[in-house]
Amino acid sequence: MTIIERPSLTPVVAGSGVSVGVKPSQAYGSLRRPVSSTGWRSWVFTVDHKKLGIMYGAVAMFFFLVGGVEALLIRAQLAGPNGTVLSAGLYNEMFTMHATTMVFLFVMPMAAGFANYLVPLQIGARDVAFPRMNAFGFWCFLFGGIFLNTSWVLGGAADGGWFMYQPNANALFSPSHGIDFWGLGLQITGIASLTGALNLIVTILNMRAPGMKLMKMPIFTWMILVVQFLLVFAIPVITVALFLLMFQRAFGATFFDVGAGADPLLWQHLFWIFGHPEVYILVLPSFGIVSEVLPVFSRKPLFGYRFVVFSGAAIGFTGWGVWAHHMFASGLGPVSVAVFSMSTMLIAIPTGVKIVNWTLTLWGGKLWFTTAMMFAIGLIVEFTIGGLSGVTHAVAPSDTQQTDTYYIVAHFHYVIFGGAVLGIFSGFYYWWPKIFGKRLSEKIGKWNFWVTIIGMNLTFGPMHIIGLQGQPRRMMNWTEARAGEGFFNLGFWNRVSSSGAFILACGVGLFLINVIVTTRKAEKAPLDPWDARSLEWMTSSPPKEHNFDSIPVVHSLDEFFHRKYEENHETGELTKVATAEEVLADLEAHADAHIHMPSPSYWPIVLALALPIMGYGIIFSRILIVVGGLLVLLSMFAWTLEPSVADDTDYDPPGDPRADDGGPTKELATHV
Amino acid sequence: MSDLALQPTQASEDVHAAGHDDHGSHDDHGLVHATSTGLSNNKLGMWLFLGSECLLFGGLISTYMLYRGRHSANLGPDQIYDIPFTSVSSFVLLMSSLTMVLAVTSAQRRDERRMNLWLTITALLGATFVGGQVYEFTSFYHEGLGFTTSLFGSSFYTLTGFHGVHVTVGIIMLMALVGINKRGRIPGDRAEVVELVGLYWHFVDIIWILIFTLVYLIPS
Repeated sequence: MTIIERPSLTPVVAGSGVSVGVKPSQAYGSLRRPVSSTGWRSWVFTVDHKKLGIMYGAVAMFFFLVGGVEALLIRAQLAGPNGTVLSAGLYNEMFTMHATTMVFLFVMPMAAGFANYLVPLQIGARDVAFPRMNAFGFWCFLFGGIFLNTSWVLGGAADGGWFMYQPNANALFSPSHGIDFWGLGLQITGIASLTGALNLIVTILNMRAPGMKLMKMPIFTWMILVVQFLLVFAIPVITVALFLLMFQRAFGATFFDVGAGADPLLWQHLFWIFGHPEVYILVLPSFGIVSEVLPVFSRKPLFGYRFVVFSGAAIGFTGWGVWAHHMFASGLGPVSVAVFSMSTMLIAIPTGVKIVNWTLTLWGGKLWFTTAMMFAIGLIVEFTIGGLSGVTHAVAPSDTQQTDTYYIVAHFHYVIFGGAVLGIFSGFYYWWPKIFGKRLSEKIGKWNFWVTIIGMNLTFGPMHIIGLQGQPRRMMNWTEARAGEGFFNLGFWNRVSSSGAFILACGVGLFLINVIVTTRKAEKAPLDPWDARSLEWMTSSPPKEHNFDSIPVVHSLDEFFHRKYEENHETGELTKVATAEEVLADLEAHADAHIHMPSPSYWPIVLALALPIMGYGIIFSRILIVVGGLLVLLSMFAWTLEPSVADDTDYDPPGDPRADDGGPTKELATHV
Repeated sequence: MSDLALQPTQASEDVHAAGHDDHGSHDDHGLVHATSTGLSNNKLGMWLFLGSECLLFGGLISTYMLYRGRHSANLGPDQIYDIPFTSVSSFVLLMSSLTMVLAVTSAQRRDERRMNLWLTITALLGATFVGGQVYEFTSFYHEGLGFTTSLFGSSFYTLTGFHGVHVTVGIIMLMALVGINKRGRIPGDRAEVVELVGLYWHFVDIIWILIFTLVYLIPS
């Protein structure tokens, strides 16, 4: 039996030899530490990376639906000539919030959810490096997202487009509080991304299982590592931009005011120095996901693992040198345009390397067309289309023609929906049995896949034509008189696109139905339903609170696969030498006697709650800033003084953690 | 079943969940956990955070460099900066890095009395610098350079203000460190906690060297 042990009251012997008794309960006064492992408290105060990962996923999914409804309203407006679904102002708010929601509140946190859940499992760790900071990041994301969306009812949402170009986003042209909410909300979710990134980098670099060299890390973990580095260096740049924006709108500075002699291009540079790495922040996690899925369902190792790793890193580096391709139409001058044109073409190379690697992973494999596999192949196809239209933007003269047309909208939806989102769905189907212990229905899954793929191509495909015909993005309606003739009739393709959007919505709806159906189903998934390759499958499904009974020693890339199969070196044939159950039983047989897990805490959620309070303060009342500030100070000190592991006295009643007193569970895991 | 793959793993009696050193590797049994890089989680985290801060100041400095020349004729950098005064306060801030080093050394030598003393002196030197900045801002304001007077003014106050806030946060951390230490409640490796605050403090000083050079010393 493995006991998750709480530390005893033995005084801690600090390095100095002076005994320092850390008594956590003192930090609370009369409050007890929220140690219960059941009920809502076990979620709200949790620091468990798995629970936080699930919460990230659930909240991000909710915002996906919110962003989806916004998209449907936009397409409903454009479904016919002279659309009247939305007013001009509301239309501006809708496309701004659609993009903001999808980028900052869906794709980024969804990737954070996958990373949170899977990275510690994939590297053989029991949690992340800073569990409370992890919880803090999640709550910042949730509260930041809610804060952003409260703008709808507090005077109108942001309406400047998701890149909020200046001086259009000045108070003069956008007098509502929408953009203030937008700026502050993104600051708060930015804190979530930054703390999450620091946490995951330290986790990946420092907490790998014995033997797991960097080049033996699962590819998903590698891609997440690259993304976190991008976040660490990109987030502060948009932080500066958002501060300048706030100072301009709230305190009367003139950073982007042309009338005062300012350069609005400063905003564009700051935004896109963040914004282009952001594109890779969105898409690389999904590249990681499909790089896990394709080898499993091709029954082959990933082709050119090293190439995939290094091309991912190369995308990470080159991603910093291409931002001005978003600004070709702004008059940068021929030298800048030429340089950024070249660098943009260059970045297509490492991306192409990945596509080739995935294709060669499929080549000669025994393909198993599960839903996860189909979404992964869908990503290869759809992302390649988006990548190719991306290369047409790299050619500056052609880009000048395409800037601000629907062609751009088509391109980035193929990249983000066809890349990031399809990868995320592939990940859902692949890891669902790991996370929830049940397999999503393959039958509904196939429908989910085909309806989504048909829907997305019908929605975004026609946008290429609409765009090349010259329809500007963000145009709130089109007229029959100017729609043109024949094949290139804008009205026809707008109708196709709008009906595609509703088909796409049905595809997403099928996924939700699948989730409900699967949750109600009693049938458990087998331990290793896909014959998988990496460490996260070497534990029970769903994993125990402490992930592994004993930390596996890693000998090779695809460690789990190598424990199940032996290769005959002459014939190259694989023989199964152990089942997943046997591998797991072996790990459990050598279970560590005592495992210490970090304990739940109040302070992450309290500290995160202080931030939107300060946000409202900046917009509405200075008193709230003080209240929020005091709350920040209080929770920071309480956090610092709180030991990461709860004390016996925090339990009710205190005493022997092994006693079965019917109170909060102290024996968190028993050996099965 | 492959023998190699199934060697008993980490038979140690007491394995901590690698990774609950949320704050100064809190350690109940005085065990040292090996990390894959050899650097402690906290220190690696602090270095990464400082790397991120570089980009924050990079953005602010760029903004200032772009706008330093955009001001009315008599309220520009050349007219308004008091270089001797700022040199003195810069010197004070740089000296605080020295006292910070002494505090870290005392912490490593487990000389608590000196450690508290040097931490306090560092905080006082930092406070002197911030006081100097408040004085400087006030006198600029009286000369007519408000936050919104010109692009130069806005970007100058934003950049140096952000730095001032960083110093202030550093002072709060130093004082908190002294206070918590006096009550004997710094968890984990105390020398490392002091060193982490030290890293942050030195970083803020180095940024000031950059700002002082780029903002004050280079004539516009």
